[in-house]
Order: sequence, then C-alpha cells, then structure tokens
Amino acid sequence: MTQDTVIKAENLGLTFETNDGPVRALTDVNLEINKGDFVSFIGPSGCGKTTFLRVIAALETPTSGEITVNGMTPDAARQARAYGYVFQAAGLYPWRTIAGNIRLPLEIMGYAKADQAERVERVLELVDLDGFGEKYPWQLSGGMQQRASIARALAFDADILLMDEPFGALDEIVRDRLNEELLSLWARTEKTIGFVTHSIPEAVYLSTKIVVMSPRPGRITDVIDSPLPKERPLDIRDSAEFIEIAHRVREGLRAGHGDDV
Amino acid sequence: MLTRVLPVFVVVAAITGLWYLACIPMNAHQSVTDLERAGEVVVPGGAAERRDMAGVSLVLQNPAAVQAAFGQERPRLPAPHQVGAEIWETTANKRITSKRSLVYHGWITLSATLLGFAIGTVAGIALAVGIVHVRAMDMSVMPWAIASQTIPILAIAPMIIVVLNSVGVQGLVPKAMISAYLSFFPVVVGMVKGLRSPDRMQLDLLTTYSATRAQTLWKLRLPASMPYLFTSLKIGIAASLVGAIVGELPTGAAGGLGARLLAGSYYGQTIQIWAALFWAAILAATLVGLIGLIQRVTLNRMGMAA
Repeated sequence: MTQDTVIKAENLGLTFETNDGPVRALTDVNLEINKGDFVSFIGPSGCGKTTFLRVIAALETPTSGEITVNGMTPDAARQARAYGYVFQAAGLYPWRTIAGNIRLPLEIMGYAKADQAERVERVLELVDLDGFGEKYPWQLSGGMQQRASIARALAFDADILLMDEPFGALDEIVRDRLNEELLSLWARTEKTIGFVTHSIPEAVYLSTKIVVMSPRPGRITDVIDSPLPKERPLDIRDSAEFIEIAHRVREGLRAGHGDDV
Repeated sequence: MLTRVLPVFVVVAAITGLWYLACIPMNAHQSVTDLERAGEVVVPGGAAERRDMAGVSLVLQNPAAVQAAFGQERPRLPAPHQVGAEIWETTANKRITSKRSLVYHGWITLSATLLGFAIGTVAGIALAVGIVHVRAMDMSVMPWAIASQTIPILAIAPMIIVVLNSVGVQGLVPKAMISAYLSFFPVVVGMVKGLRSPDRMQLDLLTTYSATRAQTLWKLRLPASMPYLFTSLKIGIAASLVGAIVGELPTGAAGGLGARLLAGSYYGQTIQIWAALFWAAILAATLVGLIGLIQRVTLNRMGMAA
C-alpha cells in the first residue's frame, strides 16, 4: 500500500441472503484507488458496481475480505467525513431552499453558523449555481438539482466523492455539459472520485481508471488505466485513442457477459 | 364559480325538498289531532283510533293535515324553516352569556374539543414516534390502539367521567379526555405512515452524514410526514367534537351542545335538538375547513402541495 492509496479492497466479497437463496453480489474484488483518481465502475445491472460503492460508503457490510478507506474501516472513514455521496436522484428536500439543502450535512455535523454560510456560498459557486441559493428545488431544472446535490456532497470538504449514476436520469445534452463541468470541478478540487455508470462514453470521457464489472457473480473483469490527458475537451471523444479505449471497455463487457446476453 | 356552487346548491335543494316532504306523514298524527281540537271534522275521529295508522294514509284521508305539518310546536320532525328560525333565534338574538344561547353552549363544547384535540394530537404524535423508533412499541402499541377504538365510546365515556370525578377532576378535563381518546387514533395511524414515508435513498443520505436518529427525525421524518399529519388532523378534530358532545351526555352537564341535545330530548323539544345538531355540524365543518386552510398554506410553503 503506497502512501497515495485511498481505497484498497482485498478479496472482497458480499453475499446477500435472500428468500431464493444466497446472491453473490461481489466476489474476489481486488482494487486500489489512488489519491486524485477518477475511477468509473461500469457494467450491466447486477454486476455489483453500486454495491461496491455502497461498501466503500459503509452502507453495506462485506461478508468476506478486507477494505480500507483512508487506511481505516469504511465505518470509521464515514465518521471522519471521508466521503460525500451523490445518489441517482438529487433527493433535495422540497421544504428547504437550495442553500438550506446544502446546509443539511453541515447542520448535522455541527458546523458553526458563519462557517455554514461561507461554505454554502463557496460550493454553490463551484457547481455554477451562485445566485440560486434562495430558490426552492421545484424552481430548478433536473440538471440544476443534480448540481445542487453535488454541491451538498462537497460542502463538508470530504476528499472522496462517491457518485452512483448521478446523471442517469438526465438527457444526453445536459449530461454532456455536466460531465464537462464535473471534470473541471475534479481538476480544481483534486478530489478522488468513484463514479458508477452504465454509459461507455461517459466512463471513458471522465475516468483515469475504468473498472469493468460483470454479473453472476458480481466481479471485476478488467481494469483500464486511461492514457487520455487530464485536459479533456468534449471533442476528445472523436479521437482514435478515445475510440480504442471505448472498444476495450466494450470487449470487456462482452467477455464478462458470457453467453447469456 | 357557478360550476362549483351549482351542484352543491342542487343537492341542498333536493335534501330540503325531501325533508319538507317527510314532515307531512311524520307529523300527520299531531296535525290531525290539532285539526280535531280546532273543531274540524277528521277521519277517523278520536286519537286512539288513529294511533296505529300509518302517517301516509292519515294524510290521504285528511288533506288539510298537509298544511298543519309545518308549524307545530313539538313536531316529530321539525320543518327546515323552523330549525333555521330556532338557530337564528338562539345564536343571534340571545346574549352569548345566556343559557339559551347556542353560542354559549357551542363554546363550552368547543373548548373541550380543542383541549382534547391538542392532547390527542400530542399523544398521537408521541406514540407514532415511539412506534417508528422502538421495535417493542411497534409490535405492542398498535393492536392496543386499534382495540381502544373498538370499544363503544358511549360505554366508556361515563366510566371516564365517573373515575375522573372520583379523583376530583370535573368540568372541562373529563370531556377533553374523551375527545383525546377518539382523536389520538387517526393521528397515530397517519403519523406512523408519514414518519416512514422517506425512501431508502433519503435515509441512506443521512447515514452517509452519520446523522443520529434524533437528527433524522427532526430534519427528515417529521417534515416529510406533514401531508399525512394534516389528513389525520382533519379526521381527528371531527372525532374530537363527537367526543366532547358524547362526554356531555352522561354527566347531565349544565352546558354544552350535548347537554342541549339531552335537555331537548327530555322535554320533547325536537326543534331545539335539531338546532343543536346543526350547530354541531356547522362547528365541525368549520373546524375541518380551518385545518384544511392551514394545511394548504403550510404545504404550499413547504413545497409539498399535493
């Protein structure tokens, strides 16, 4: 384990006990994520990508193997506010303003009032929502709501940002824009990002490391270190390198699927 | 506007018409007796002969009984205008401190209703919070709460009043207890559902902040339960009013709409009974409407309007 390792999983497994017998959601997962990485988890439904993210966040408990986050157990890491989590839906409280929603974790964690206001201002600016603090969620578009939920996850200075298909419910044009903004946000804040997605172009465009997963049982089939530069304009997606990586991801997904497509 | 008022108006007109119609056979015996006393020839003569006859056939044989059905002093079924006049008389034309004022009696009932409603609501919310947070309460409280509502309130009301009276509690509080007994139940049921309404994702989000259960309750569960709470409160306040009125019946209470109903039935003052009934109904509708208004304003402000 080098000094830069943020998340390290060794022989990690998670089996859910269901009425139809045990379901192996994750088996033999070995992965190291370094500080500043942008890691995408890609794979079909049931491959365990969301489950793995939830294990990192201590929302699920693994049944075998080891995992450390910032050198601690996931539970301890959560107590130490190691990560912010962004869900599929923005999940903003309709009875709170945007600023009020972003303040939610700060209130729970007991930040001082003045500090809260300052942080809300700062993250609103970070996600390009300055001036929208006093608006209510219903007054914002779906894309803006999801940006607000990212701001909420950034408000308490966690080093790790875990995102579970955050743009899955948005249309492609909005999605492209948010991807571009997410990259610039990542460059400015130097966070470590774990990002679950269904979309090959999204994974290739965003990531420094792409983790290809497959189902039954959920496992990692390929880990691709992206050779793309950190600076990525949208049209990088037409470059030969990009297409080559996308091809490798697709091959990995197909191999993992076996014959049951 | 017209499309909303018209159906209501039609229904009210139809009910009023049916009511007037029903007065004729209902009051026929008294009508015919009055005619006979006034010296008219009626068929058949003699009240004893008529006792077992149906009202309708009596009217068919004595058409004059139709007109006499609407102005009696103690009719079996008072006509709408008689009830209306009595309501007006006892509401607007009496000092509100008078024992004959329905405002006076209404206030006595209302104060017990509001106190009982407040107690019932607080108890209901407290029980619901317990049920959602404590597994043992989840398993144990709900069956008792349901069982409590299967006991006829008329059976338990006198006991509550007698028991409380024996420990020196009289007047407002025993009635309020009966109101609370009826109104806590819908609040428990609604709030349990409301407090459990946040989905898995919203609860997970708070878990990632390592929020305590108290923080989850205050910041998520309670605000999220507001739409459920208001629906329950509307049922609860109507039940409270019923409870307060029932609570006034067994005591022979000097005041209150329940006492007014009881006095009316002792002395055969049917008009008085009906006037008190309508007053209670109008009071209930006003209270429910008021909560509906608060609901609209609150939920609009919270961005949760249905």
